[in-house]
Amino acid sequence: MKKLINRPEDVLADALKGIDAAHPELRVDHQHRVIYRARPKADGKVGLISGGGSGHEPLHGGFVGPGMLDAACCGEVFTSPTPDQMQEATSVVDRGAGVLHIVKNYTGDVMNFEMAGEMAAADSGVRVETVVTDDDVAVQDSTWTAGRRGVGVTVLLEKIVGAAAEEGRDLDAVVELAKRVNGQGRSMGMALTSCTVPAAGKPTFDLPEDEMEMGVGIHGEPGRRRVPLAGAAEIAEMLVEPVLADLDFTGGPSIVMLNGMGGSPLIELYLMYGEVATLLEKAGVQVARTLVGNYITSLDMAGASVTVLKADDELIRLWDAPVETAGLRWGV
Amino acid sequence: MGSLSVVEAVTVDRLVAWLSAFRDAVHEHGDYLTELDSAIGDADHGANLIRGMDAVMAAVEQSPGSAGDLLKKVGMTLVTSVGGASGPLYGTFFLRAATAAGDATVLDGPALLAALRAGLEGIVARGKAEAGDKTMYDALAPAMGAFEEALASGAEPDVAARAAADAAAAGRDATEPMLALKGRASYLGERSVGHLDPGAASSALLVAALADTLES
Repeated sequence: MKKLINRPEDVLADALKGIDAAHPELRVDHQHRVIYRARPKADGKVGLISGGGSGHEPLHGGFVGPGMLDAACCGEVFTSPTPDQMQEATSVVDRGAGVLHIVKNYTGDVMNFEMAGEMAAADSGVRVETVVTDDDVAVQDSTWTAGRRGVGVTVLLEKIVGAAAEEGRDLDAVVELAKRVNGQGRSMGMALTSCTVPAAGKPTFDLPEDEMEMGVGIHGEPGRRRVPLAGAAEIAEMLVEPVLADLDFTGGPSIVMLNGMGGSPLIELYLMYGEVATLLEKAGVQVARTLVGNYITSLDMAGASVTVLKADDELIRLWDAPVETAGLRWGV
Repeated sequence: MGSLSVVEAVTVDRLVAWLSAFRDAVHEHGDYLTELDSAIGDADHGANLIRGMDAVMAAVEQSPGSAGDLLKKVGMTLVTSVGGASGPLYGTFFLRAATAAGDATVLDGPALLAALRAGLEGIVARGKAEAGDKTMYDALAPAMGAFEEALASGAEPDVAARAAADAAAAGRDATEPMLALKGRASYLGERSVGHLDPGAASSALLVAALADTLES
């Protein structure tokens, strides 16, 4: 394992120090491992918290700031944060209008946020609502699994719902919007290589030189199937086809994200996006907004995912609203 | 119905010794647990339990009071230090066991069994697992059954705990051919078959640590 780390057990603590040093507009609570805005939002506005295992940066800490999240709870690498972190963040960001927890659908994340909600309700009386993202079409049989995983749509949701909370919408309206965004987004990912969890010290799975993993999650958990390595055009088809098969995206604008898993260079991501854009156009999907880059990653895994969100004028307007975070920044 | 045997009491110190033995076991088998988790999960089970049990042993250093106080402290520490799915699951196990143990400072066999059973029910409530889902339930449920059966046949807690440990190990081994239906391993579908469940493996260590402690 070759990584820019000191000791595997200190990766998160050391990374938080770097985030703290690099971003004076953020406030890092090193004890609870929560990243906040340095300047809290105004009273009467809904607070937005997300969190999850680390290793997916810029998600979620890179999306804390005006127009997006109020706080991000950082777990160990690929491990959900704990209820005390979320409870602390909830009480800190509450401006009297309640707090929305944005949770990716993974067993651990859901259970920890559930316990945090129970603890917050019992202790502080802050009104907490939860939305669980589950946009990964790679999970085919959600009846016999823990359900579809929350992946790329989480990024788009945090942006759109963050804009709505900033406008001053109440908690019920924010929850309704969040559920709508999740329901209208679909993603599919693939990996060319495994990732290496620092604490494990070696790749999570073996992937031969001439094979790739289709439908991979964001924790190195294997996907739908292992297939022979193919060219970008063919890979794009394998990603786009199941997304479009799952939801009709025609008849309105869409927001599309071509996301890198962390180990693929931007030139490859743009090359992939070119292939994806061609396929979407052929399928009659009108792409209104595009995001290409590393936004929800899986450490050093090489690969990419495609997320398509069925939008409308309202969602596009919220998407275009100003955002000022380490990971996304426009209109400011 | 014959009366249950006179059973040796398990003191709070014994419970601390059990936790200490479990801490040692997750240290010793941490790489193995992580290896199992790499096959069908996300390669962190060993590291997470080591972090959690180190925190537990630091937290219970001061006199823990009643069995309920001790187990509650263990549960809260695990919930706040482990994360992932195993934090809430192991944490809920000890929190529910704490409620069942209450103010007692010594637990006889049936009281210990009642606490462990309450813990298992907590795991079921939190994780919604059923028998055969390829989870820690598949090691713990047979262990509870064996513990209860041994007590009913007049065994002392140490003998019952050994029977439970054997049943947990068998339950762990039985997860190998199972198709995972819960947690991250469930995303593997058929590819989860042929691997031991990491949670069942660590649960078997927990019960084995209890047997070792009560025998010593």
